[in-house]
Amino acid sequence: MSAETAEHDDHHDHGPAKGLLRWIITTNHKDIGTLYLVFALVMFFVGGLMALIIRTELFEPGMQFIEPQFFNSMTTMHALVMIFGAVMPGFVGFANWMIPMMIGAPDMALPRMNNMSFWMLVAGFVLLISTLFMEGGAPAAGWTMYPPLVLQTGNALPFAIFSIHLMGISSIMGSINIISTIFNMRAPAMTLMKMPLFVWTWLITAFLLIAIMPVFAGAVTMLLTDRFFDTSFFDAAGGGDPVLYQHIFWFFGHPEVYVLILPTFGIASTIIPVFARKPLFGYASMVYATAAIAFLSFIVWAHHMFLVGMPLAGELYFMYATMVIAVPTAVKIFNWTATMWKGAMTFETPMLFSIAFVVLFTIGGFTGLMMSLAPVDFQYHDTYFIVAHFHYTLVPAAIFMLMAGGYFWLPKWTGNMYDERLGKLHFWLSAISVNILFFPQHFLGLAGMPRRIPDYAVQFTDWNMISSIGAFIYGFSQLLFVYIVYKTIKGTDCEKATDEVWEDASKHGLEWTIASPAPYHTFLTPPEKIPTEHY
Amino acid sequence: MREAVDKKNMQLARKLVLIVIAMFGFGYALVPIYDVFCDITGLNGKTAAEAVSEVNYEIDLNRDITIEFVTSLNESAPMVFRTETRKIKVHPGQYYTVNFYAENTTDKAMVARAIPSITPGPAAEYFKKTECFCFTEQTFEPRQSKTMPVRFVVNPELPTKYKTITLAYTFFDNTKISVK
Repeated sequence: MSAETAEHDDHHDHGPAKGLLRWIITTNHKDIGTLYLVFALVMFFVGGLMALIIRTELFEPGMQFIEPQFFNSMTTMHALVMIFGAVMPGFVGFANWMIPMMIGAPDMALPRMNNMSFWMLVAGFVLLISTLFMEGGAPAAGWTMYPPLVLQTGNALPFAIFSIHLMGISSIMGSINIISTIFNMRAPAMTLMKMPLFVWTWLITAFLLIAIMPVFAGAVTMLLTDRFFDTSFFDAAGGGDPVLYQHIFWFFGHPEVYVLILPTFGIASTIIPVFARKPLFGYASMVYATAAIAFLSFIVWAHHMFLVGMPLAGELYFMYATMVIAVPTAVKIFNWTATMWKGAMTFETPMLFSIAFVVLFTIGGFTGLMMSLAPVDFQYHDTYFIVAHFHYTLVPAAIFMLMAGGYFWLPKWTGNMYDERLGKLHFWLSAISVNILFFPQHFLGLAGMPRRIPDYAVQFTDWNMISSIGAFIYGFSQLLFVYIVYKTIKGTDCEKATDEVWEDASKHGLEWTIASPAPYHTFLTPPEKIPTEHY
Repeated sequence: MREAVDKKNMQLARKLVLIVIAMFGFGYALVPIYDVFCDITGLNGKTAAEAVSEVNYEIDLNRDITIEFVTSLNESAPMVFRTETRKIKVHPGQYYTVNFYAENTTDKAMVARAIPSITPGPAAEYFKKTECFCFTEQTFEPRQSKTMPVRFVVNPELPTKYKTITLAYTFFDNTKISVK
């Protein structure tokens, strides 16, 4: 981490502490937000590199470059790094930066715990990444870590489990902090139903996290004791049942996918009204839809397990319950579209990413609906179809909105405008290549190509080659983002951003009423008036 | 003002920590809940782990049910394990005995355990075993082989939609865990 922190030292010369130590001991929400975002960006490239190793091996049938065991490590680690290292910390970074500024609070509620939760995350990832260099290799049984296969992992298993414990504690502490901030630190005029949608979605996400992370910690602890202390939670010989693990895991795992997507919804609901120059359509329905999705996420977990041999009644229940999620999600898609309807739209980079998100996330949603049907899921299960589905809901949704949020708020953070021409180039490269990358995977899955296998039958070659080409274009275009961010932070030959940054943005949120760059301390006294445009 | 907010924050944080602890407990509580749930609903194809006493059912000669037997070894346990009968047709209510053969292929004593599973799962509660080597751990001397009987009956109340029942046994080498 020291390299990145050093690199980012120079753009925060207005803080009280000087030097590297500032980043270790800081309790300022803006500093910690920056740390989280830098960490997420680094992990995004680590996970991306793993994805490119996978796509390189899959460019042609047969075994070319890597051993099957290492391939399996790459699929497992790619998922863990991207979920827990890139997407979640990215959103926590935005939460740290923006929630206090959006609700008129001077800082997060529990600043010292905030610092601790960041550094625990780093410690967790040091443990996880270190498994790559161990005898027996990194965990390779899939990020879902199903026993009995995962219990065959070598020395990496306890490291992976303890790293999950650390990440879990880190996100629980982060969530407690976010909930306390939102409940206790709002400006007096900011009632709950006047909060920006980003704050609302994070509030609900934080509740999801404190409910599910302990369950996940319990599940991996059971794996640990099964492996090292002769318990038999998941071992049939001792009276346990491996299917039990899948139930516990997905009780965590399904809400977890909404942890990744709800803040995405929040950012989209923040950006689209600004560039449509209209209030968000259906503010209250957005809040209720978010809460409904969060509630439903707890009662649909076994749709990940249609093939384990559930009785018909179970298959039917989980099928119908899953399909119900499409309703609140459709409410959201409708509201975003209605917000744009007859709006005076302009197409700056954050808006382009947001529109692409609405379109491409809908594709991911539809394939999800297809797989909610138990009878057809028997065919799609564990094929590239599911890979295409969840990558459509994560890359052009979660990752795109992380990028969009970056472009949207970067001028406020740095006081400099990013290079709009390069931003648009980054968008078009990403939006086109992400479809070249993932769309063919639908065809591969429907044709029967299984996921998590390093080799495949020759008839799958063409689409795999196209997918790999898309992967390389997508991967390398993200370097452009790093360059744009670097250039904006440095600020030479950049336009200076106004306080409002975007035309009339101050009608949409408190963060646009303060100076650009945002001073080290903001809202030491709560604002009297709040903008009213967003609800 | 500032102190009041700090106090409220700490109070809320404490409550939230309680939720976290409760949810950690809930994760563990899922283990017994799962067992009870499977017991009540008969899901998962788990058969009774203890012998049932022999009851006389009315034999239904008009119905034939195919019973298939499958044997497998977990993590290549060093054994030979096979069934002497691959499949038989049975009448509900009538008692049958089939034999299984198991052999320890090592030069060391071995403790092994066979775990049964029934497919389709909901039929499990109608499949009664009065005698089975799966009820207890089996001890094998070096190179010892055994022929082990299973005596069973299919309850005539088995819904008519079930025509075939598969009974699968997996032998687990428990020597390391059981001999301490």
